[in-house]
Amino acid sequence: MEQILVYFFTYKEAIFVIALSIFLGIEVISNVPSVLHTPLMSGANAISGVIIIGGIILVGHADTTTLSLELILGFFAVIFGTLNVVGGFVVTDRMLEMFKKKKRP
Amino acid sequence: MGETILELSYLISALLFVVGLKLLSHPETARRGNFYAGGGMVLAMITTLLLHKDTGGNGISLTNVWIILSAITMGSVMGWIVARRVKMTAMPQLVSLFNASGGAASALVALLEFPNADMNNLGSVLVTILGLIIGSVAFSGSMIAYGKLDGKVKDIFSGIMTYINLLLLVVVVVLSVYIMISGQTPEQLNWVIYLLLGVSLLYGIMFVMPIGGADMPVVISLLNSFTGIAAAMAGFIYNNQAMILGGILVGAAGTILTLLMCKAMNRSLLNVIIGSFGGGGTSAAN
Repeated sequence: MEQILVYFFTYKEAIFVIALSIFLGIEVISNVPSVLHTPLMSGANAISGVIIIGGIILVGHADTTTLSLELILGFFAVIFGTLNVVGGFVVTDRMLEMFKKKKRP
Repeated sequence: MGETILELSYLISALLFVVGLKLLSHPETARRGNFYAGGGMVLAMITTLLLHKDTGGNGISLTNVWIILSAITMGSVMGWIVARRVKMTAMPQLVSLFNASGGAASALVALLEFPNADMNNLGSVLVTILGLIIGSVAFSGSMIAYGKLDGKVKDIFSGIMTYINLLLLVVVVVLSVYIMISGQTPEQLNWVIYLLLGVSLLYGIMFVMPIGGADMPVVISLLNSFTGIAAAMAGFIYNNQAMILGGILVGAAGTILTLLMCKAMNRSLLNVIIGSFGGGGTSAAN
C-alpha cells in the first residue's frame, strides 16, 4: 500500500494529467452528431497508436549486436504501431472524404 | 537542450491530439481535425527518434535508427495500401484490424519492458502488467470483432460462457497479484507473465465471442478505448507525457463514444457486453 502511495507521489504530475485528460476526452466529443460516430472512432483509434512512441524508445535502446527477443518483437511492435497510426489516419480521411461528397450534391 | 525540445514537441503533439479530436467531432472541420492529429503523431515520432535519451543519457544509435525506420516504412506501406484499397463497406472491420495492431503493439511493449521493471516498485510493476493485460485483450478482442464483421467468425453464445469469462477474469487478477507480491525477480516470473499473456488473449476472444454481429461497432469502440488505456500504461513505463495524455484521451473519448453509440442504438452497454441480446436464438425474444 505504502509503495503505491510513493508511486502516486513520484508520478503526481502524470496522475494529474490523467485526471484532467479524462474530463477533456469526455468534453471534447460530447456533442458529436451520430453520423460522425464511425469516423471519430477511427480517428481516436489512430491516436491510440501513440504506443508507437513506446515502440521507438524500446527498439531505440535495444542491443543490436545480438538478435535478441527484445529486438525482434520490438521490431514487430513498431510495425504494428505504425500500421495503427498510418492505417488509422488514412482510413479516417477516406471516410470523411466520402462524407463530404455526400453533403455536397 | 535536446530533452527540452523533445518535451516541448510532446506538448505540441498532445495539444494537436486534443484539437484534432475536437475538430473531428464537427462535420465541417472533421477532415482538418484528422490531419492535425496525424501531424501531432508524426511530430512526436520524429522528435522521439532524433532526441530520445535513455536514463544513462545515451541517444538512439544510428543502427537502431535504421532498424526503426525500416519497421516504420514497412508498417506505413502496409497501412497505406490496405487503407486505400479496401472497399468502403469494409471500413468498420478495417478499423478493428488497425485497433488490433495497436493493442498488439501495446502488449509487446509491456511484455518486453517487464524484465526491466523494478520489482520493488509495485506501481511500476502494476502499470506494466495492466499494459500487457489491456493490450492483449484489445488485440484478441479486435481480431474476433474483425472476423465477425468480415463473416469469418460466427456468433457463439451459451450461458456457460459468462461463467468462463468470470473465471478467466479471476485467473487474470490472481496471476497479477501473484506477480506483484511474490517477491521474485522478473526472470523467475517469466512463465507467469507469459501465462498472463495467454489468459488475457483468451479472455479477449471469449469476451467478444458471444456478442452479436450487429453490436460490433459498439464493441470496437470499447476495445479502441482499451487500446488507448494500454498505450497510456506504457506511457507510465517511460514516463512519457504524450503517450499518457494521448492514451487517456482516447480511453475517455472512446468510452463516451461507446455510450453514445449504445444510446443511438437504443441499447445499454451492459446488454451489449453480456451479449444476452446477441448471438442467434436468445435475441429475438427480447
